[in-house]
Amino acid sequence: MATRGRFRPTWRGLGHGAIIAVFTILLGFPFYWMLITSFKQTGDLYDLEHNPFILNDKPTLEHLRFLFFETRFVRWLLNTLVVGVFVVGITLTLALPAAYALARLTGRWGQRLGIGIFLTYLIPPTLLFIPLSRVVALLGLQDTIWALVVVYPSFTVPFSIWLLMGFFKAIPKELEDAAMVDGLTRFGVFAKLVVPMSLSGILTVVIFTFTLVTQEFVYALTFISPESNQMLGVGVPTFLVRGDVYYWGSLMGACLIATIPIAFLYNMFLDRFISGFTVGAVK
Amino acid sequence: MAVVETRELTKVFKQGELGAVNSVNLTTQEGEFLVFLGPSGSGKTTLLRMIAGLERPTSGEVLIGGDVVNHLSPRQRRIAMVFQSYALYPHLSVYKNIAFPLRAQRVPKDQHRVKVAWAAELLGIQKLLERKPRELSGGERQRVALARAIVREPSVFLLDEPLSNLDAKLRASARDELEQFHRRVGTTTIYVTHDQVEAMAMGDRVVVLHQGVVRQVGTPTEVYDRPADTFVATFLGSPPMNLLENGDVIVGFRPEHLVPAERAPGAAIALKLRAVNVEYLGSEWILYGRIEGERFADKVVIARLPDASGHSIGELYDFGVSERHLRFFDKESTVRTEPRSLA
Amino acid sequence: MTTGVERAAVKGQDRGYLLGAAMFAPAALYILLIIGVPFAMAFMYAFSDVTVGSEGMSFVGFDNFASILESPTFRKSLENSIIFTLASQALVLVGSTMLALALNKPFRGRKLVRFVLLLPWVAPISLGAIGWKWMLDSLYSVINWVLIHLHLVKEFDPPMWLGEPKLAMLSVILVHSWRLLPFSTVIILAGLTAIPKDIPEAAEVDGAGFWRTLFEITIPMMRPILNVALLFGIIFTFTDMTVVYVLTAGGPFDSTQVLPSYAFTTGILSGDLAQGAAVSLFLVPLLAAVAYGMLRVAARSEVV
Repeated sequence: MATRGRFRPTWRGLGHGAIIAVFTILLGFPFYWMLITSFKQTGDLYDLEHNPFILNDKPTLEHLRFLFFETRFVRWLLNTLVVGVFVVGITLTLALPAAYALARLTGRWGQRLGIGIFLTYLIPPTLLFIPLSRVVALLGLQDTIWALVVVYPSFTVPFSIWLLMGFFKAIPKELEDAAMVDGLTRFGVFAKLVVPMSLSGILTVVIFTFTLVTQEFVYALTFISPESNQMLGVGVPTFLVRGDVYYWGSLMGACLIATIPIAFLYNMFLDRFISGFTVGAVK
Repeated sequence: MAVVETRELTKVFKQGELGAVNSVNLTTQEGEFLVFLGPSGSGKTTLLRMIAGLERPTSGEVLIGGDVVNHLSPRQRRIAMVFQSYALYPHLSVYKNIAFPLRAQRVPKDQHRVKVAWAAELLGIQKLLERKPRELSGGERQRVALARAIVREPSVFLLDEPLSNLDAKLRASARDELEQFHRRVGTTTIYVTHDQVEAMAMGDRVVVLHQGVVRQVGTPTEVYDRPADTFVATFLGSPPMNLLENGDVIVGFRPEHLVPAERAPGAAIALKLRAVNVEYLGSEWILYGRIEGERFADKVVIARLPDASGHSIGELYDFGVSERHLRFFDKESTVRTEPRSLA
Repeated sequence: MTTGVERAAVKGQDRGYLLGAAMFAPAALYILLIIGVPFAMAFMYAFSDVTVGSEGMSFVGFDNFASILESPTFRKSLENSIIFTLASQALVLVGSTMLALALNKPFRGRKLVRFVLLLPWVAPISLGAIGWKWMLDSLYSVINWVLIHLHLVKEFDPPMWLGEPKLAMLSVILVHSWRLLPFSTVIILAGLTAIPKDIPEAAEVDGAGFWRTLFEITIPMMRPILNVALLFGIIFTFTDMTVVYVLTAGGPFDSTQVLPSYAFTTGILSGDLAQGAAVSLFLVPLLAAVAYGMLRVAARSEVV
């Protein structure tokens, strides 16, 4: 009696639990489905009498073997990795100084330019891909991953500038003033104090950039046709389908392999990503 | 109006750890202004939140107006609470903030205007009704919070450090206003603070809390003059009470009672003090002296003097405390004991 | 008259601006070249007759717009884009608000739940969509299997999720909402955590019940963050073609064709760059509206 709570615990708790359960199943089930599909024997996959939610036969690695040894999956993985590394490099080179300039050096203009930069993030690939296909052809980069290395920073740079601006503004000005009194130049302050202090921000940008590179679809689809030069996101859904035949087991394995590592990284840095999206609506 | 009572009220946040509030038994008097005083982490806010129904007690009971209200939600307890941050609804105008409790409790709409006007007048904020909270100063926000609390004529007022967000100057006048306000409405009020000045000035009675335990309940004079234990003795008063060990007892005396020997004839304790520091505070002086001689040697005691301009650092002076100003505490339990002679 | 020290300070300030400009210039230049120039080119193309193979181009005025406005496929795409965006945003906004409110309360296993809930957002879009394509397969759909075993549909006439126009549109909307829901949820959750705990508590003490607190206090206070979630959601939906492309490629019979996928079909697959550009320009008014909305959110958050 004395420990009865202030809520009638049953109804509210039940509603809460139900919402969580329903959404978890809705959002998570496809991944369970991918997992179980990629280990099912082919006969099991296509037998309508079988309960589809469980493995009816012994698990098999056949789909993954096929994926790794008889498709270009590994090549796509490598392509994605290479593009990711280059895009990360370009993004940091351009965004770090720009973000510091906007956060500290340009005064009132910085705020406006910053919002301008943020708005360019809203311009979607589906508006630019037609003219860009021409630009890529002119540069002679068609059908190579370098086309993507050149184009992808167009959406990673604006967002990274915006994100890093927030980080730089959070560094106390007195600290930078102290460093300058102690003899560093403005640029020295940036290179030797601000950048090392913003490591977690930089890491966020790296992961964010990498995630976007693996997720991008439209540019990769538009600029690259040969199978061996594809990225993961386009290669898997277009080349793991031969004519009308879908290699479902391998397809689902590929989806999982591409998703899970990013999911872990993203989860670790979630709060920082969010701060980049909230436009100051959350303080 | 109603009496609030707690019986063996306990809150343990983490099992196996010391409770934030431990077996607290308290009863307010009708229309009383009761202050919960304690350092941060003493459990005073947790205690208040359990009375409000915002925190579920681990064990024990809360009674309001003689009924056990443990199972009632905050809205059913007919209480009003003013939060430390004031918790004004930022998207609502002052008028709508004050009217919110009326709407929430389904008071007929035609009464809203009258009641809000009454509460606003009581606090002198008639001119602010159309503003949004962010357009108000700290003092104005506090008044709006009070108006929102008073408007539904609650049986009990709970105030959680409502002055701590004001600057020092404003605090004194806000304190005065709060006291006048309480005298006018006469509702039973529980007030949480860590500021002893607020507690002494405003409270009809003061509850001193430490580590979730009630150390003493009494009028401001009682807790100051006859502290229940050494914690209360040192927590109240600034500078705190001087404590000196003497065998199995601790002897205590207030700094204002440690006076030059000539002003304390027949002193129970006579001390030779080497002045180590003298501070001038405008209305008074504070003298820090290191005791010389056999007894209490090298202990530093503090004296509060109306004038110490004649005292200089490094010099030796005779000080004394008269018998009636001495307090005695048991060394083991720190609890106050009978006076004894200082053999 | 200025002293030497003052002049040095002024000079230092100038140098600050110069350095700022120098540090900002590379990024600005890049953005101008890879976003600004193509953006201008898109407008230019829309008024020209350029194709993939053509060497030069000549301007044809509003011819492209005239011809696409007459095309039934274009009208269908525009209509679909609007339905697609409105329906999925309504679903996402309601769903993510509910979910965020549920997640805002601590419970056991919250970290794990959060991880699972994020998966649709971090999975590459095309791969998430292909997962759904398998779940909506005409023969082996697990959803149909469940429906058949619950006797909700006939065993020999299960729904063809991606084969019938109305169902295909529904599928595309649902899958896109599935993908966007986590993003919207975490944004709203961030907004929720920023509401001081005192305020809902004060409402409770003031006598408000769960629903009144929700609709009169919590949701109004979440307004700015809901706006942000909605604006991003609109952009990510109206301008995206991935889910449509992977699931249905716009079919059956253009019943799921949306503006971006139509622009892709016309401009890239058929090689008519001019018409494709003209189609994608129809995204611009909406983008401008969203940009305006974002500016208002940003401006207001500075005032508060």
